[in-house]
Amino acid sequence: MSTRLPNAGRLIDASKQIEFSFNGKRLKGYEGDTLASALLANDQMLVGRSFKYHRPRGIVASGAEEPNALMNMGEGGQFEPNQRATTTELFDGLAAKSQNHWPSLDFDVGAINTHLARFLPAGFYYKMFIHPRPFWKHVYEPIIRKSAGLGRAPKDRDQDRYEHFYTFVDVLVVGGGVAGLQAALAAGQSGANVLLIEQTADWGGRAQVDGGEVDGKPVADWIASTLKALDDLPNVTRRDRLMGAGVYDHGYALGYERVNDHTPSNAGPRHRLWRIRAKQIVTATGAIERPLSFAGNDIPGVMLASAVRDYAVNFGVSVGDRTVVVTNNDDAYLTAIAMKNAGLDVPAILDARASANGDLVQQAIDMGIRLEFGRAIAAVKGGKRVTGVKVCAQIGEGAVLSEIDCEVVAMSGGWSPVVHLWSHCGGKLNWDVEQQMFRPDATRPPTSHDGEAMVTVAGIANGYLDLNNVLQDADQAGKNAAKAAGSKPKTAKAPTASEATISPMEPVWLMPQGAPIKKRMKAWLDFQNDVKVSDVQLAAQEGYESVEHTKRYTTLGMATDQGKLSNINGLAVLSKALNADIPQVGTTTFRPPYTPISMGAIAGEARGKVFQPLRRTPIHDWNMANGADPEPVGQWHRPFAYVEQGETVHEAVNREVLNTRQNLGLLDASTLGKIIVKGPDAGKFLDMMYTNMMSSLKPGKCRYGLVCTENGFLMDDGVVARIDDDTYLCHTTTGGADRIHAHMEEWLQTEWWDWKVYTANVTEQFAQIAVVGPNARKVLEKLGGMDVSKEALPFMTWADGIIGGFDCRAYRISFSGELSYEIAVPASQGQAFWDALIEAGQEFGVMPYGTETLHILRAEKGFIMIGDESDGTVIPQDLNLQWAISKKKEDFLGKRAQLRSHMADPDRWKLVGLETLDGSVLPDGAYVVADGTNANGQRNMIGRVTSTYYSATLDRGIAMGLVLHGPDRMGEVLDIPKTDGTIIKTRIVDPVIYDKDGEKQNV
Amino acid sequence: MLILDCPYCGTSADETELSPGGEAHIKRYGPGSSDTDFEGYLFGRENPKGVHFERWRHANGCGKWFHAARCTMTLEVFGTYAAQTFEPPQEIKDKISAKRPGWSWRDFS
Ligand SMILES: [Zn+2]
Repeated sequence: MSTRLPNAGRLIDASKQIEFSFNGKRLKGYEGDTLASALLANDQMLVGRSFKYHRPRGIVASGAEEPNALMNMGEGGQFEPNQRATTTELFDGLAAKSQNHWPSLDFDVGAINTHLARFLPAGFYYKMFIHPRPFWKHVYEPIIRKSAGLGRAPKDRDQDRYEHFYTFVDVLVVGGGVAGLQAALAAGQSGANVLLIEQTADWGGRAQVDGGEVDGKPVADWIASTLKALDDLPNVTRRDRLMGAGVYDHGYALGYERVNDHTPSNAGPRHRLWRIRAKQIVTATGAIERPLSFAGNDIPGVMLASAVRDYAVNFGVSVGDRTVVVTNNDDAYLTAIAMKNAGLDVPAILDARASANGDLVQQAIDMGIRLEFGRAIAAVKGGKRVTGVKVCAQIGEGAVLSEIDCEVVAMSGGWSPVVHLWSHCGGKLNWDVEQQMFRPDATRPPTSHDGEAMVTVAGIANGYLDLNNVLQDADQAGKNAAKAAGSKPKTAKAPTASEATISPMEPVWLMPQGAPIKKRMKAWLDFQNDVKVSDVQLAAQEGYESVEHTKRYTTLGMATDQGKLSNINGLAVLSKALNADIPQVGTTTFRPPYTPISMGAIAGEARGKVFQPLRRTPIHDWNMANGADPEPVGQWHRPFAYVEQGETVHEAVNREVLNTRQNLGLLDASTLGKIIVKGPDAGKFLDMMYTNMMSSLKPGKCRYGLVCTENGFLMDDGVVARIDDDTYLCHTTTGGADRIHAHMEEWLQTEWWDWKVYTANVTEQFAQIAVVGPNARKVLEKLGGMDVSKEALPFMTWADGIIGGFDCRAYRISFSGELSYEIAVPASQGQAFWDALIEAGQEFGVMPYGTETLHILRAEKGFIMIGDESDGTVIPQDLNLQWAISKKKEDFLGKRAQLRSHMADPDRWKLVGLETLDGSVLPDGAYVVADGTNANGQRNMIGRVTSTYYSATLDRGIAMGLVLHGPDRMGEVLDIPKTDGTIIKTRIVDPVIYDKDGEKQNV
Repeated sequence: MLILDCPYCGTSADETELSPGGEAHIKRYGPGSSDTDFEGYLFGRENPKGVHFERWRHANGCGKWFHAARCTMTLEVFGTYAAQTFEPPQEIKDKISAKRPGWSWRDFS
């Protein structure tokens, strides 16, 4: 069993016991434990089930590369799935649950899949589930959804806080191991502004466990003194629990700081996303040990050799009494030595190499450890935990030579430098044949704005595995980065470490090399996604030659660990199957983030009320205090309706509609875009912007206009008023103000830059109030001031003046079909003017109305609404707006496009009114269907509903829609199905259903 | 997350301040143009792996449009310049020639 050793590990404080739970079981650990070390100390070898076969899974690694030990963590608003136990620091009260099993971790129904493995080969989903089509939706998908997936999705709102932090540095050093420390020191001593970040809470990296001497002293002493030297430099900042997540264009890097994951009751944010701009980046990110591929390498108790000694040295945890080490390199001997030093048994080191004579090998021999060269594991014995191994010759097919009882198998297939950050932004790799690893190619670095390298790799990540080379390489990297960032490097020499003799490693991609299919089907490459050696070989056999295709076909490396353990091994198996060299096959793309980061960190503070700014009209507060049901429109909150006590929203809308038609309505129209276009060429410019002629508009007059894109599609609409010879005021839709202003600026600045025109977006400078209804003139006359009579201020004109003592500009325009004035006053006067209208309007039955009433009133009049009748594929001609398209103008934006054959196609759907025979309200977005089916077997469609409302004026549903040959089919009855399959019989009618001759607005 | 220098206000602008505007130096074809010319104007774009000329707007800044010459492969920026021009300034073309001898882009080289 796995247990705690009497000698405490270097990271834990044995005097501080803390309590946590796993699957509801209460367990004890120490301060300084990770969840993984604490589970192992409690003999919890089984920590999860694999994705496809639901195989028992144990902890494999001790760091970010862990594929198996993924947990559902926390409860309610702090619940989060897929948390790696190896990077989760233990805290009092931590509650973790294992994933991907049903009904329980120990007994899992899905494990039956493992017996079906022969029938679930690579690409199984693609092969099996594609036919018959309907089966996918009704049979396969529901079953797969239920049994697949790792953690549960959180249900509650995240109760924690997250934040972003921006910083600018000369040199960012990622990784706090020996290389990172020396690089930071060299850069810092050169005077550069340095930020040094380390993803764990422990500085010094692997050297803390693996040892060595620097300048004649233990490496741990050197680490301590270097940390102090760094802290003494005012230009160096050092932060832990901060992972380098990604490297992007021009020295931009993301850091992911787990501020309070280990102290969840502390104040402050849980995570902090660092948005770093660095002149130079040094990645000292170390390496990850590779597993070996042998039958049963996924059984709990088979672990990376480095992880086995990490748990012993760092946490005082023995994974088992007897550890068999299996390796193709010297490094794994450290594990055997560490186990012996901890008083544990090492029955054998199985070294796949024919011989080895490095210092560590000699040390193991001197300690009396049994050493077997040329040996491999034929099979691991055990189910939910290792009970022993069967030994065979590496060069054979797996004939068992002996059996060894053990609880732990410590495997090492060599090391893969962590080149992720180097590669994120285009750094290239070389294959190092001697060390069998991809290393950064310094001649092909990721480059910055000046075309120069922006990332340097240091230490093990750069392919230097021994301590002395690490120090020299890191020192140079730090100096080079400082120099490239503009500092003058100091000439100080790098510290030196004793050099060791290392015997060459030997590539071993399958164990034994001639393993038959039965063994290859049990030799796992990707533990989390259940991809085996046989799967990759099958993919190659089926013609998947590209590594990117093989990855997707087999799902190798596509799990939450993104192939940190499996990619190189899978690649090697693939290249062997293709009979190609590894560099020829190439790697998959490294994409940020390095390990998954929380969605909360990405969102930062941008959620809830601060997700985006709220724009308020001068009347916003009054609206909200008077029953406004807020509707987000752009960044505004407009009143959908003003709901009175005891009323539903629907009832409020009906009341507002009737009152506006019969008495007097007020609309806060301040959100409408208002753009001043001014200059000698303003008319000429607007003739290009609008489909109508604007240059011929007389000062004092208003004209409705359409704005199209150069593709011909309708983009916006609104009323344009000519203020004087050189000045126009263009109204846009609420959502269109910024867009149309930008559109104008784009054309002015980039196409007609010699035209004398200026634009200004004055939307927020004015409050604009629509005074609407038969009593509109009465209330204005009561307030008194300018002449608002039909004669003085006819329909589609405007005038400046004073009403009720307010300086104002009154437009006689109507979007409702009623007698209507839109009156603009300076924003600062908006609320006072509104108050005056409400007070004076009491005797005329005044009521404010919201956007829904606005929509219904316009729909009754057949007026289009941008975003309802238009959707980016609609041209004005579709909406019967030919009258607003000038035939006289030689050119306007969209004119040429509207002449293209498809735009002039008589079969384009056109706008009509729709009237249900039973008076019901059509569903929004419903389609009009015709007889027959299309090539996909769907009902033929001949139209769709664009606007649909209940009209209180007419006491029935009203609608508009685009219908094939619609205007030629007046009176025809169409079929419009609802989602429940029933049909609504609907007649094509004129879209204008209220006051067709415009007698009410023109009074 | 590119950084581009706005030639109007002088700011070294982070990409979050900018909005992209696609390819630069596109000649507008209006009414009277052939279908082929018009199609090319609306939809024909270079999409090069290497030297490219783009339009950007300092949208969350001074609001001005400008052009940028950069390498789509290495992200190297050769220079930014005012949008009110039909071709890149000679000094930027020279700079590109020094770094990418033999380059060409549409009619420029
Ligand atoms: Zn600018």
